Amino acid sequence: MAEPRHQIRLRVNGAAYDVDVPARRLLSDVLRHDLELTGTHVGCEHGVCGACTVLLDGDPVRSCLTLAVSVDGQEITTVEGLTGADGELGPVQQAFKDCHGLQCGFCTPGFLTTITAGLRDNPEPTRDEAREMIGGNLCRCTGYQNIVSAVLRAAELSRPEGGTP
Amino acid sequence: MKPAPFEYVRPRTVQEAVDALTEHADAKVLAGGQSLIPLLSMRLASPATLVDLNRIEELAYVRTDHAGVRIGALARHAQVQRDDAAASRQPLLRRALALVAHPTIRNRGTTVGSIAHADPAAEMPAVLALLGGTVTARSTGGERDIAAADFFVGPLESALRPDELATEAWVPALPSRSGVAIRELSRRHGDYALVGVAAMITLQGDGLTAGGATVASARAAYFSIGDTPVVLDLTDAAEPGDWTAAAERATAAVEPESDIHASADYRRHLVGVLTRQALAAAHDEAKLSGTHRLWAQHVPDNSEDAGDHG
Repeated sequence: MAEPRHQIRLRVNGAAYDVDVPARRLLSDVLRHDLELTGTHVGCEHGVCGACTVLLDGDPVRSCLTLAVSVDGQEITTVEGLTGADGELGPVQQAFKDCHGLQCGFCTPGFLTTITAGLRDNPEPTRDEAREMIGGNLCRCTGYQNIVSAVLRAAELSRPEGGTP
Repeated sequence: MKPAPFEYVRPRTVQEAVDALTEHADAKVLAGGQSLIPLLSMRLASPATLVDLNRIEELAYVRTDHAGVRIGALARHAQVQRDDAAASRQPLLRRALALVAHPTIRNRGTTVGSIAHADPAAEMPAVLALLGGTVTARSTGGERDIAAADFFVGPLESALRPDELATEAWVPALPSRSGVAIRELSRRHGDYALVGVAAMITLQGDGLTAGGATVASARAAYFSIGDTPVVLDLTDAAEPGDWTAAAERATAAVEPESDIHASADYRRHLVGVLTRQALAAAHDEAKLSGTHRLWAQHVPDNSEDAGDHG
């Protein structure tokens, strides 16, 4: 017997997508395979590494620990949605570039989405708060020092022009 | 690393959910899924049916009144943690939730789901056990409240019947002249603890006469130390200022096992260390709350701020 499929609508980075999926399809797989948004990376696929983190109605969640059917009708932001309208880098992306916050780049999409939401909730983090913010994301290259610096740099870039804390 | 096929049901009301659990044999309930989906993906579990609670908005509540905090089955950890009324009525909730995995997991995972999952290494089952909370279970046959002491049956095993839905967890308010604390040690921040303890101390006596306030009750609940949360009454061994006897009592009472994360001996050692720390912190807080009671009785009790934050 063919596996039943479910018609769902996801709003991803501002665009609506209608997809037809089996209930067991993970959100990470819908993004990557059905929508071909391969910016979201899948590392451990059981919620440990954080590479697959996306924003669900603005809050970071693990897309590998989320069934796509379960978030039918909701708003999703992936790393592709963090760039500006003209394709210029968003503040967190720019900060990672400025601070050399990535090496191989595999984990980076999860960091970028997590930090984007983290700075929205806490626009002026201390270095310790920056560490706490990225506590759920693993990076095997950098040793995190430059990622923490990038969080603080992104906070700086996100301030209104010329603004100081 | 993909779940096996299952039938998917997405009820919109509690009634529809319990009907689905009655109709479908071998059904599992999906709330936040932060424990269940890895089990599905690794095919350690392959239920025939998944009943998804994520559209039952009537269950996404945190309600606080003078008696305690009621947490609906769809309240995310982050929602409970943010709730100021809940944190002031029972401070252990927010403190324990800060130790549950990482913020990203807490955005999706639910507190009732964590309790119903009954992982003996998890914080919230131990919190429920320490505080003497209850779980409300609903089925087509009706509703019952299950005391924490009866709820945790074994590792990942609760007293819920297959046709029952845990709709709510309730934790009592912090009694007057009491303090709570939670301590754990994990290999990495956000991991399951090698050993953890949640403790509560209640004082008696006026604190002004000779001898001062004495300990009326000292209890501790341990996680990652057995098949279920282990609750110990350490009142007899409680000596404010020197918690050695209480720590020794706890160390003697637990029966930890060795695994790849820690040896039994090391776990036993940690029980002693963490018991001392948690009791001292809970006692400090209880003393402050005593001062508050004696010297600031005019400060109004804010028990009227019961609010529905769902």
